[in-house]
Amino acid sequence: MIELDRVTKRYDGRSVVDDLSLTIRSGELCVLLGSSGCGKSTTLRMINRLVTADAGTIRVDGKDIIAFAPEVLRRRIGYAIQSTGLFPHWTVADNIATVPRLLDWPGPRIAARVKELLELFRLDPAAYRGKYPHQLSGGEQQRVGVARALAADPELLLMDEPFAAVDPITRDALQSELLRIHRATGKTIVFVTHDIEEALRLATLIAVMDQGHIVQSATPLDLLEHPASDFVRDFVGRQGLGLKLLSVRRVAERVRRGESAPGESLPQEASLRDALSAMTAQRTDRLPVADPAGRPIGIITLADLVR
Amino acid sequence: MSRQARVPAPPLATPRGIGIHDQVLFALVLAAAVATLISGFVALAPNRLVSGVPASLWISAGAAFTAAIIVTALLLLAVSMSPQHPAALAAAALLAGAWLLLTVAALGYAARTLIVDAPPAARVSAGPAFWVVAVCAALAFVNALQRLRAGLVLMTAAVAALCGGIILFAITGAFDALSIVREYAARRMLFGAALVRHVALVAGSVGPALLVGFPLGIAAARKPRLQGPLFAVLNLLQTVPSIALFGLLIVPLSALAAALPRLAAIGVGGIGPAPAIIALVLYALLPIVRNTVTGLAGVAPAVIDAARGMGLTRAQIFRRVELPLSLPILVAGLRIVTVQTIGLAVVAALIGAGGLGTFVFEGLGQYALDLVLLGALPAIGLALAADFVLHMLSALLPGARRG
Ligand SMILES: Nc1ncnc2c1ncn2[C@@H]1O[C@H](COP(=O)(O)OP(=O)(O)O)[C@@H](O)[C@H]1O
Ligand SMILES: [Mg+2]
Repeated sequence: MIELDRVTKRYDGRSVVDDLSLTIRSGELCVLLGSSGCGKSTTLRMINRLVTADAGTIRVDGKDIIAFAPEVLRRRIGYAIQSTGLFPHWTVADNIATVPRLLDWPGPRIAARVKELLELFRLDPAAYRGKYPHQLSGGEQQRVGVARALAADPELLLMDEPFAAVDPITRDALQSELLRIHRATGKTIVFVTHDIEEALRLATLIAVMDQGHIVQSATPLDLLEHPASDFVRDFVGRQGLGLKLLSVRRVAERVRRGESAPGESLPQEASLRDALSAMTAQRTDRLPVADPAGRPIGIITLADLVR
Repeated sequence: MSRQARVPAPPLATPRGIGIHDQVLFALVLAAAVATLISGFVALAPNRLVSGVPASLWISAGAAFTAAIIVTALLLLAVSMSPQHPAALAAAALLAGAWLLLTVAALGYAARTLIVDAPPAARVSAGPAFWVVAVCAALAFVNALQRLRAGLVLMTAAVAALCGGIILFAITGAFDALSIVREYAARRMLFGAALVRHVALVAGSVGPALLVGFPLGIAAARKPRLQGPLFAVLNLLQTVPSIALFGLLIVPLSALAAALPRLAAIGVGGIGPAPAIIALVLYALLPIVRNTVTGLAGVAPAVIDAARGMGLTRAQIFRRVELPLSLPILVAGLRIVTVQTIGLAVVAALIGAGGLGTFVFEGLGQYALDLVLLGALPAIGLALAADFVLHMLSALLPGARRG
């Protein structure tokens, strides 16, 4: 759990983060959303003390972060950034091993962890271990960057616009992977973005920021259905609201249990938007739904999407 | 020696349709040919103080050497006009090496034959044609290796083989009849001491300059506000002519030695190595500080941000990230400084610092050109060797692997 309690950061007398409070429960994927310059990065970087707050307290798992030496704190918190910051003179394996080495893990444990992480990110360890960052595509570099942040199994992961610099198709794949890894590991993640679609897709909790304040923090669905102000309504965008709503609701909420239908089945964690897309593509008004193990649990119909 | 491998230029088509595929090689052979035709290969003088009468290659070096050199040059010309296959480039390298060795051997032979009938005080020295052909051959050799994209091992082996050949000639006495070797023979003991002193001056200046300049560079990289005044001072120092700086140091150092006999006892004085080393250190500071600042500034801020965010300490970031990433530029700075100091140390002989410059200034005083060369050529050789070694070293650095 992370608690920011009345935190303020000033630069040249101007508060870029102003009396900000936010609580992020364990296992949450909290997205700090807002336009450029509103103080998202500053807020994020105060959590691992890359930036020191001028006022207020920040607690991680109940303990004030001031109690830790900054280096000790940072080794417990994963950190991934837009430009990856991979060390260009180190191999992929050495990059991923950075924090485990700082923590003096034994060699075999480090090697095993590197292999495990490369596999988690679907990068063949034999092929990728010895490559240098410049030999990787943008998406691969970003995967290695996130793998490196996860290397020492931190309880908390901070990500600053990690997917902003990659092409849309790669970004989509990276988002899916992050969701998969979040579900698999249950880590607490704080994720900065200015992209509303990305926020809706990833977040369990969205904190919308404006000029150093949080103007609303809510689940994606709440944010769309009950924007707290005109600012939030405008930021979320009135256009395409219906589609956005479809994209944050899951098939599992609307499934008709026990019924069956022909066709390619949808996973229950798919969004209603995915369901609409699949029905349109398959020219049908009903599709079967399966649980994560692939067992059929029921169907969903076109009418259920707009219920 | 340029670091970048040259991209072969598209062939120039001549009216007759013959392509010149390697314009550099073509031009080098042409230049050598012109020099050979219009100037002397050697010069014979009645004694060491007067300039000699030039003699052309074919008159001085005999038919066999002349023919061999011309045939090699023609073959190189042919290679320059053939497509640049690796085999052709390898042939060019071998031919250029042979060309250089033949020319050097011809010089020794010409000197030996000319001196036989001459009076005892007569001297034979290398003429303009020799120098031009030798330099062209050396450049053709390097050019061919670069076009071959020769790696570290091949490059070192090739250069070592060529130098080895010339050294072999020298120790078998092939050049003994040359005036410069006679100057050397007359100063055998002095030469060794001067060479050692020269290297000591260079090491004794570059070492302290690194010890001072590197921390200064780090400080300036950390605190950009320091850079303005620091570089103003260092640039100013660089603009003072070396002779003036050596001269300027005589007064304060003499005064210092007079005031502190302890210092005078360990050799500090207005003349000698002390002012020379101080001046050489001052000149060396600018390239070292500048390259340190440039190297450290070149490390991407995101890399440092990520390193901090993962919990590396400042010292760890410096040692594991900033230093290795800026090392190629730091070594480049060391290269510049070493070569520069080897050259400037020649001038230091003026204030009694010793070294190879002793021969240069002695020779200048006597109008004995070969004595000047006895100082200048080894200094050039030292500079080239230092440049080559540091260049090879920088190719071995981990940073060289980055794309
Ligand atoms: N080190 C700094 N010095 C001065 N101003 C800064 C510094 N870091 C950030 N700022 C300012 O603080 C504001 C918020 O920055 P940031 O948190 O990076 O915004 P965001 O990540 O939301 O784009 C911006 O106006 C920025 O210019
Ligand atoms: Mg930002």
